[in-house]
Amino acid sequence: MFSLAEKTVLLTGASGGIGGAIARAVRERGAHVGLSGTRVKALQAVASDIGAGAYVLPADLSTPDGVNQLVAAATDALGGIDILINNAGLTRDSLAIRLKDEDWQTVIDVNLTATFRLSRAVLRSMVKARWGRIINISSIVGITGNAGQTNYAASKAGIIGMSKALAQEVANRSVTVNCVAPGFITTAMTEALSTSQTQKLLTNIPTGRLGTVHDISAACIYLASEEAAYVTGHTLHVNGGMAMI
Amino acid sequence: MSDVADRVKKIVIEHLGVDEEKVVESANFIEDLGADSLDTVELVMAFEEEFGCEIPDDAAENISTIKNAIDFIETQQG
Ligand SMILES: NC(=O)c1ccc[n+]([C@@H]2O[C@H](COP(=O)([O-])OP(=O)(O)OC[C@H]3O[C@@H](n4cnc5c(N)ncnc54)[C@H](OP(=O)(O)O)[C@@H]3O)[C@@H](O)[C@H]2O)c1
Repeated sequence: MFSLAEKTVLLTGASGGIGGAIARAVRERGAHVGLSGTRVKALQAVASDIGAGAYVLPADLSTPDGVNQLVAAATDALGGIDILINNAGLTRDSLAIRLKDEDWQTVIDVNLTATFRLSRAVLRSMVKARWGRIINISSIVGITGNAGQTNYAASKAGIIGMSKALAQEVANRSVTVNCVAPGFITTAMTEALSTSQTQKLLTNIPTGRLGTVHDISAACIYLASEEAAYVTGHTLHVNGGMAMI
Repeated sequence: MSDVADRVKKIVIEHLGVDEEKVVESANFIEDLGADSLDTVELVMAFEEEFGCEIPDDAAENISTIKNAIDFIETQQG
C-alpha cells in the first residue's frame, strides 16, 4: 500500500523542517524527488542525506520567472512531474492594525500565488497523462484564524478554496488536488517556544503533544498514493484534535 | 484542403482520440466529438502553440467547430 514507485515528485520548501521529512518519506516510498527552496546548501544537505533519486532545484517562488524556471528545471531533472507538493510557505506576523502592505503581499505571493502558478504549470502534462496529484500544505490557521496572522491565514484559506475549485476542473482526468492542514508541528520554529508557552498550547491539543514532521509527511504519502484516487478537493487536518472540522 | 485545415484536424484527432472520418469541418467539438470544457481549452492552447498565435478568450468562446478554428487561424495569418 501507498507505494510511490516510478513516480516523480516536485516538492517546494524542501529545505524546511516539514519539507525535509516529506522529501525523505516520498523517496522511501520509491519516488524520485526534486527538492526546491532558496537555500542551496540546505537543499544539498537534504539531497546528500537521501542519496540517489533526489535533485536539488533552487528557486525563488516570489516571482513568476522563479516558478517557470523551476518547472522547466524539474521537468528536465525528473523527466516529468507526477506529483506536486506545494509546501513552501512563510510568515510575516503583525497585528493587522500595523501590518504593512509589503508583508501582506509577500505572504500572499509565496504562499498562495506561487502555489497557484506551480499548479497551473504542471496541470497540462498531468491532464494529458490522465494521472496527477497536487498536494498543498495549508494550515489550521486558514480555518480557525489567528491573531497576528491576517496575511498568513488569508493565504492558507485561499489555498483551500483554490484547491477545491481546481479539483473540480481536473477530477475526470484522474488528477486529484488536496490540502494537508497541519496544526502545531515541532520544527526549529516551534522549538523556540518556552516551556510555559508549550504547556499552554498543549492544553488545547487533545492528543497531548505537538505534531511531528512525520505526522505531516504520512498524510502527504497517503494523498499522493494510488489508494487516495477517490479523495479530491479535501483538506486533511493533522492537528492532534486541536480543531475538529 | 488547406494546410491550416490539415494541421487543425491533426491536432483534434490526436487530442480527442477520435476517428479521422468524424473530423469534418462542421463537426462541433462538444456535441459531435465528445469533448468537454477542459478539452476545448486544451485544444485552443494546442492551436496557439501550433500556429504561434494568441487566441483571446472571447474569440475562443466562438470556436466550437473545426471550421470555426480554421477560419479564425486563417484570418490571423491572412
Ligand atoms: N511548522 C508548523 O507548525 C506549521 C503549521 C501549519 C502549517 N505549516 C506550513 O507547512 C509548510 C512548511 O513549514 P515548515 O514548518 O517546514 O517551515 P520552514 O522550516 O520555515 O520552511 C519553509 C520552506 O519554505 C521555503 N520558502 C520560503 N520562502 C520561499 C520563497 N520565496 N521561494 C522558495 N521557497 C521559499 C523555505 O525555503 P528556504 O528556507 O530555502 O528559503 C523553506 O524550505 C509551510 O507552508 C507552513 O506554512 C507549518
